[in-house]
Amino acid sequence: MNELLQRKPGLRAWLLLAPSFLWLLIFFIIPLGIIVVYSFLERDLYGGVVWKWTLENYRRVFDPLYFKTFLYSLWIAFLTAFFSLLFGYPLAYYIATRPEKTRNALVLALMIPFWTNFLVRTYAWLTLLRTNTGLINVWLQEWGIIDHPLPLFGNTFAITLGLVYGWMPDMILPIYAALEQLDRSLLEAAEDLYASGWQVFRRVIWPLSLPGVIAGTMLVFIPSLGAFVTPAILGGGKRLMIGNVITNQFLGAHDWPFGSALSVLMMAVMLLATLIYFRTGGEEARRGGLG
Amino acid sequence: MRTSIRWALVLMLLLALTACGGQGGEATQAPAAEDTTQEATAEVQPAKEIVFYNWSEYIDPEVYDLFEKETGIKVVEDNFSSNEELLAKLKGGVTGYAVIVPSDYMVNIMIQEGLLAELDHDNIPNIKNLAEEWRNVPFDPGNKYCVPYQWGTTGLGYLSDQMDEPQTWAVLFKPNPDAPWYGRATMLDDARESFAAALIYLGYDPNTTDEGQLKEARDLLIQAKPGLAGYDSDTYEDLLAAGENLLAHGWSGDFLMAQEDNENIAYTIPQEGGVIWVDNLCIPASVTPEEKLAAEMFINFILRPDIGAKISEYNYYATPNAAAEKLLPEDFLNDPTVYPPEEVRAKLHFLKPVGEAEALYQRLWDEVKAAP
Amino acid sequence: MSATPTTSTPSAGQHRLRHVLGQWLFHLYGFAGYAFFYLPILILVIFSFNDSRSVSKWAGFTLRWYEAMLQDRQIMLALWNSVFVAVVSTAIATVLGTLAAMALERYRRFPGRLIADITLYLPIIIPDIAMAIMLLAFFNLSGIGLHIWKVHFFGVRLAVPISVIIGHVAFNISFVAVVVQARLAQMDRTLEEAAQDLYASPWRTFWRVTLPLMMPGVLGGALLAFTLSLDDFVITFFTSGAGFNTLPVRVFGMIRKGVTPKINAVSSLMLGFSLLLVTLALLAARGREERKVGFF
Repeated sequence: MNELLQRKPGLRAWLLLAPSFLWLLIFFIIPLGIIVVYSFLERDLYGGVVWKWTLENYRRVFDPLYFKTFLYSLWIAFLTAFFSLLFGYPLAYYIATRPEKTRNALVLALMIPFWTNFLVRTYAWLTLLRTNTGLINVWLQEWGIIDHPLPLFGNTFAITLGLVYGWMPDMILPIYAALEQLDRSLLEAAEDLYASGWQVFRRVIWPLSLPGVIAGTMLVFIPSLGAFVTPAILGGGKRLMIGNVITNQFLGAHDWPFGSALSVLMMAVMLLATLIYFRTGGEEARRGGLG
Repeated sequence: MRTSIRWALVLMLLLALTACGGQGGEATQAPAAEDTTQEATAEVQPAKEIVFYNWSEYIDPEVYDLFEKETGIKVVEDNFSSNEELLAKLKGGVTGYAVIVPSDYMVNIMIQEGLLAELDHDNIPNIKNLAEEWRNVPFDPGNKYCVPYQWGTTGLGYLSDQMDEPQTWAVLFKPNPDAPWYGRATMLDDARESFAAALIYLGYDPNTTDEGQLKEARDLLIQAKPGLAGYDSDTYEDLLAAGENLLAHGWSGDFLMAQEDNENIAYTIPQEGGVIWVDNLCIPASVTPEEKLAAEMFINFILRPDIGAKISEYNYYATPNAAAEKLLPEDFLNDPTVYPPEEVRAKLHFLKPVGEAEALYQRLWDEVKAAP
Repeated sequence: MSATPTTSTPSAGQHRLRHVLGQWLFHLYGFAGYAFFYLPILILVIFSFNDSRSVSKWAGFTLRWYEAMLQDRQIMLALWNSVFVAVVSTAIATVLGTLAAMALERYRRFPGRLIADITLYLPIIIPDIAMAIMLLAFFNLSGIGLHIWKVHFFGVRLAVPISVIIGHVAFNISFVAVVVQARLAQMDRTLEEAAQDLYASPWRTFWRVTLPLMMPGVLGGALLAFTLSLDDFVITFFTSGAGFNTLPVRVFGMIRKGVTPKINAVSSLMLGFSLLLVTLALLAARGREERKVGFF
């Protein structure tokens, strides 16, 4: 048996994979199959499906209304991932370069705010951002910095801020995990080799952290694309993202097949993006990281 | 070798899961009460514990204690936040709820979908306490499936120290950038309610299925959007109380409850009219006989005059219970916000199921929400 | 960027100044970053002591919301349910996810790799709401149902929501795997090879070398899973049976009638509780570290 395992690494890989693969097969892939089937069926008026095959649901996905909503969601998700990386990377680097004990404390400190409830956190932002009684606008007006309240609420800015706040730790953690591995001696050698700090960063640190950056970007981009609570609360319900449309198909409009079709399409887009990312960025990252 | 062990484990896991399913089912059925004071001929005994699926903060929690003291049946409360959500859960096959609280038009839909169990009136003698007008509601003649719980209206709440009483829905639909409430008003995040407001303003039937009228209403709602701070069905009354907004489209009792925080909050129904609704106590078709009996006992308990009065005093909504009304204070019964006068009642509409046009409503509502 | 002592070049003084300034700015940035994360939390805690129903206008200090919360049996039960589901699903997902990450990282190419990849990454890609609905449909059609399994465990009456835990594990496996994989990709294989060259058994190599090396990744993944599980609303909402609420589901119901400081009080309590746990864990880790010197 052992010999067989030695000779066949694929078998060993599958042994390690078996528990999670089976779990996901039964409790994820099969359920997924169900909604894929749903997406080709006709709606029952008040939820549920009628077993008649149709492509109508996919035709409706390309209706300009929903297509525009989809593009807006992509834009928001892009902004969220971009700002999370922009502000999160230096923070991950900051944490990774602290002494070990401080480092662990800082990582935990990053997670603690997220052990309160998501809805409550979002409402706490509301307390700060509201137009007329939001604390930021009230303070700025009291200090005479502004005359009229700033438009901090009910727009793209508020939604993006809420999403960056919610998902930035998912960007920081993988980058940190990658950076934490950085070898001091490697850095010193690099400093001897390259003159400027920028060069050290570009040639050594960045390539080494790339797997973390890729994982982080995925972890931020994807939930942002599917977000629906944040736009509902911080967007004042005045901005529609594709997540709101999907949720509403199940909870409001009772159109499960259309909701399923939107979900399937959204997953297809994300899967495609992920595969492209891995084919290009992922391989490069591996070479950079190991080479 | 190793793989087969894993397969065996997985198989065992699956078996365990199905077993759990079965066991859980029995657990929720809850064995019959232990005290055997009931006659031996009684086939069914009430469940010891039932789940009450209710809107949040819609019942005085003390009612549960009183009920448990009297009957030994424990009531656990779960909350939902819209009729559609309630329907989605039941259609999704969630079982275990013994009493649910759908609004009028949703009762229609649920009866049609076969989701409700018929009430056994022998177990609910207090049904006689209901006022005559609630005995024969159009969506459920003769209270076959449901018993009215509380009723109220949908209109406009406002801060009386910041603006005059709004006489017309035009305060929302003809936005004026110079008005103090411009950008400081909210509408309900609810397709049917918001369309109803627009349709009533336009002089149309709020249950219309006419595409032309609905599109006109959509344009009106889009026209109102720049003057709105947002669409909100959850916290609009708090936003009024805090002074963030001056005007809100919402449900009567919510504004009355918020008066505790800000006495300047007032409520009115514009001259064009508004929406009236009634929430109902119903039993899902999926209950066990034990749960059904306990549920009927609970419904009967709520229909007691003292309990009905207690609930109205808690949530500031009108009670359909004539016997309970006698126990309520005079100023509550005379409050036009709770009990609109006859001439206003005449201009109130019930929402009704719109059938196939449901999809059109939702689609047009999406257009409103997505509009810049 | 430099963290090493500067070499003595003619511009050493200038270099040092830049270095100190850079470090100082860097600290400031770190502080600002954490301030961003803690600002709303601070607001939330402050207003849990507010003597008014308002969560934005200060009206004096009170503890009444904490009192109200402690008396609210439903909130306390929901809190317990949340923690229970999070602990159980994190434990399962961390083990399964870590094994999967090792397989994917160690054995680059093997038959069925693409299928494994897709299966493992798909749960991350799928929108919450779609996952919730498909799980609901699955539990329905498969006959597993949404029952709450009630067990007596050493005298404690436990409500085990099988369907909720299954759902949480299903989305958490992938998150753990991604984080652990990122760590493994960076790991220095030479140590393991050295151990094997010294005839350490694969088990021994795993426990003594591989696991400690990938521990930050595993812990990171577990933390992420725990956080996601504790915070999940949508999937729990759809997959929990009647009468079983986690805190987010309960809060969602309460928010329907307005945010009261009672909700702030619950959140503050959770926060205080996690801070306490973290402090204890850190203290324990410090103690172990000091003792560890003796073993090696």
